[in-house]
Amino acid sequence: MHHRLPALALLLALLAGPAGAAFLPGDRLADPAAEARAQALGREIRCMVCQGQSIEDSEADLARDLRRLVRERIEAGDSDAAIRRFLHERYGDFVLLRPPLSAFTLLLWASPLLALALGLAVILARRRQPPPAPAPLSPEEQARLERIIRGP
Amino acid sequence: MSARPDLLRRRLLAAAPLGVVAAAGAGFWFMLAGLQDGSFNPRSVPSALLNRPPPPFDLPPVEGAPHPGLSSADLRAPARPVLVNFWASWCVPCIIEHPQLMALHREGVPIYGISYKDRPADALRFLAERGDPYRRLGADLPGRVAIDWGVYGVPETYLIDRQGLIRWRFAGPITADVLNQDLRPLLRRYA
Repeated sequence: MHHRLPALALLLALLAGPAGAAFLPGDRLADPAAEARAQALGREIRCMVCQGQSIEDSEADLARDLRRLVRERIEAGDSDAAIRRFLHERYGDFVLLRPPLSAFTLLLWASPLLALALGLAVILARRRQPPPAPAPLSPEEQARLERIIRGP
Repeated sequence: MSARPDLLRRRLLAAAPLGVVAAAGAGFWFMLAGLQDGSFNPRSVPSALLNRPPPPFDLPPVEGAPHPGLSSADLRAPARPVLVNFWASWCVPCIIEHPQLMALHREGVPIYGISYKDRPADALRFLAERGDPYRRLGADLPGRVAIDWGVYGVPETYLIDRQGLIRWRFAGPITADVLNQDLRPLLRRYA
């Protein structure tokens, strides 16, 4: 029966669902509306340490510091835009999971359109140009063809 | 006769995948070589503070250290370019870069340290064991000044020129290669 124990533990772990970032009690705001704002904002901020996660999802130390910072700013009465600007000034475009449209990120945002345009251009260029006619047969090939047609 | 160029084109087209693979192989080789000597870091992000002055801050000295603390006033117009190094005794890459900092210190390059989330006793023991390259040492226990600089991990090093502007930021340990290929030319350029 011992071999069932690990399986049971795994099942329990799976049932527990994906663990979010560990919050200390002091990390959440008492006001549910303000806390909801903080979480929505935090999901748009990239954790610079783990890079693929937002600060709301990350266990990294810096992510926790930034979560606290976002909540402090909300309590101090800052707008979402002001908090985003605060982080953007320090960490640059990369900290925003939705990068802002600027001369530098224009290429990034336009890339789907550019790819589509490129594909269309290739298709149109192919259509306009009829496939080249096969090269005429050489005299030897012609003779061989006639021999085959005439039969043995 | 006209079949010849056609055949050549087809052969070139057939060889194209080989060319792509060769180019990708060369690219990966350069990336791996860069990873090895520290000149390439796929996770590094350009600093938002480049070509700007450091943020205003005022850090107390590390308790018991023989150095004064560090504030933005100390970086306003240094007589020669200075390095600001965020580090901690608990940070393993900081051990890797330490000999390079000591070498710069011996050459007379001013290095200002910011002790990031570190216990003073641990920081002092680190410096006593491995040598102390710093002229000033500020203590950033909560890590808030680091956030103002856009630091996302230790070690991180900033070069500040004589105008008091940040000219270079390196996230990660300053290896011997980074020192010789990146930092030394910059120190000469801004001297």
